[in-house]
Amino acid sequence: MKKFTTHRGVAAPLLRINIDTDAIIPSREMKRVSKHGLGEGLFAGWRYTEPGGRRPRPEFVLNQPAYNGASILLSGSNFGCGSSREHAVWALVEYGIRAVIASGFGAIFYGNCIRNGLLPVVLPDAVVRQLAAAVAADPQACPLTIDLQQKTVVAPGGGAFSFAIEPALQEILLQGLDPIDITQKMQRRIASFETTYRRRRPWLFEPG
Amino acid sequence: MGKTLFEKIWTDHQVAELEGDTCLLYIDRVFLHERTGSIALQSLEAAGRKVRNPQQVFCTMDHIVDTLPGRSDRTRVPGGEAFIQTTRSASHSAGIKLFDIGDPGQGIVHVISPEQGIVQPGCTLVCPDSHTCSQGALGALAWGIGSSEAEHALATGTLRVNRPRTLRVDFEGRLPPGVGAKDMILHLIAAHSTAGGAGFAIEFAGAAVRELEIEARLTLCNMAVEFSAFTGLVAPDRKAFDYLRGRPYAPRGRAWEQALAYWRTLRSDDDARFDRIIRIDCAAIAPTVSWGTSPQQASAVSAQVPSPAAAADAAAAKSIERALAYMGLEPGRRLTDIPIDAAFIGSCTNSRLSDLRAAARVLRGRRVAAGVKAICVPGSSQVKAAAEAEGLDRVFIEAGFEWRESGCSMCFYAGGESFGRRQRVISSTNRNFESRQGPETRTHLASPVTVAASAVAGRIADVREFLR
Repeated sequence: MKKFTTHRGVAAPLLRINIDTDAIIPSREMKRVSKHGLGEGLFAGWRYTEPGGRRPRPEFVLNQPAYNGASILLSGSNFGCGSSREHAVWALVEYGIRAVIASGFGAIFYGNCIRNGLLPVVLPDAVVRQLAAAVAADPQACPLTIDLQQKTVVAPGGGAFSFAIEPALQEILLQGLDPIDITQKMQRRIASFETTYRRRRPWLFEPG
Repeated sequence: MGKTLFEKIWTDHQVAELEGDTCLLYIDRVFLHERTGSIALQSLEAAGRKVRNPQQVFCTMDHIVDTLPGRSDRTRVPGGEAFIQTTRSASHSAGIKLFDIGDPGQGIVHVISPEQGIVQPGCTLVCPDSHTCSQGALGALAWGIGSSEAEHALATGTLRVNRPRTLRVDFEGRLPPGVGAKDMILHLIAAHSTAGGAGFAIEFAGAAVRELEIEARLTLCNMAVEFSAFTGLVAPDRKAFDYLRGRPYAPRGRAWEQALAYWRTLRSDDDARFDRIIRIDCAAIAPTVSWGTSPQQASAVSAQVPSPAAAADAAAAKSIERALAYMGLEPGRRLTDIPIDAAFIGSCTNSRLSDLRAAARVLRGRRVAAGVKAICVPGSSQVKAAAEAEGLDRVFIEAGFEWRESGCSMCFYAGGESFGRRQRVISSTNRNFESRQGPETRTHLASPVTVAASAVAGRIADVREFLR
């Protein structure tokens, strides 16, 4: 998995609340049994003029030249709520988004981000709006800098905002770790738990 | 100090404490479906990893499969066949029980897992599907995960989970006539916002919850995720035990007695402490219908479309404004004056036999209004067969409903179908997001009886007028 240490990039504001995973990647855009080929379908309903079409809707923020190459999204509360589809994260990553900054995230979406090297940053709404204002005049010339080691987002003017993240999740992102590998190192502990657990709750394994 | 039901189940599955609030939990059951399960199985195999405990893993076809009669692997959704066939071959090679198309046990994952007795009180169950919280209705710790986490659970038999806080929601008193579990959960979310349950495992309690049958509890827990909760659960009681007895995967004989003795301990102790408690007076709950594009944008059916000016803050006002523009509604309009184009009964929220019986009671001897497209999709092949055995299919068909094969169907884009642009649908489903049921489709969430009444009226209707 791609590591996340520090990132400097163009930030695009999508300051709506409750942006759900159906909006991030509509069902009709999940066409193959694959984690790839989803970037094109990112925000398809807002990004293109027709369902299934590819003609850009000029007013959508990511279609505006000022936000060309955007790699950070600024959004409202409860970003990524709804369906568990990890396709939403795969689509964001393939499009080139490295971090989403919002006042809250759907819980499953948050976990999916960690598993794919996408950094979810939780900051209060007022700070998110402040960051959006700081980059608005010239997004290309005013990138945001995110330092995961320091757990800060630095605005172009220099103001730094601290955010919190569980240490275990921070480590996974910083090192680009695969949680399955980490857990498999605890194999003996799992096996010993399982043996006593099966004795304790046998009906779950041998219904009789 | 006593323990909550959640704490008891959590502790029972704790393999190890990791950093911070994270624990490694043992997972008793993994359920998969063809949309997200296909990718998890494929990716696991590509990484050279094996399913650790295939006998604890189950799979169904519900998300992509067509629900039209005479269906096969071919779907209207482009590429659907590959999802179905990948799932089938990966399930077979991993040795996983698959409820395939044509299997009498096939159906929506959160309908068939209880129906088969796969979810049981006190067990941990995960599925790469957000509505897995439904299954907490049996007193299990069940929650939705992503595909990568599903791979983790399949490969290691465990998950690394950040411990949620505890919230008890007490539904006190008795439900008024015409009001059910769907109205309870919509009412809760409307009153406390979609963020109200964030970070919590919710125990639904109180006299009204104890009165609910298991299928209604499944509806209640189903939308815990719309309340942003980690999951919802109900303490298992005699209703839960009676429901499970004799189901194919439920314990039998001596194992049943052993299980029962344990299940009876699965309740929050009287002196257990919850991080938060919400009390709801059931007398104040009316049939509830959503008018916006978030489940919190819902009101009593007798209410009017609200004005953005009445919102709590600027962000909420903007969201109402945007929702009303999308929904084609203006403030002040009575909900019961809104005409509908379509009515949908189905989904993991409300497609069980009791839902269909209740809707059929409203429809019997009545006709769907002219011009309204009405569809009923039973939640499982067993629900469909049971409904047909008691003649419910005739009631739906004679009223003017389509009667389908089971699956997720038009809750979203399953089977590649949608209702069409700016079509207004009253729907027994769980999400009224923009374009959820198809590009620009306008969704109003409601209970199955409200959907049935509205289908007959041709507009959003107060089902209480049909019960007199």
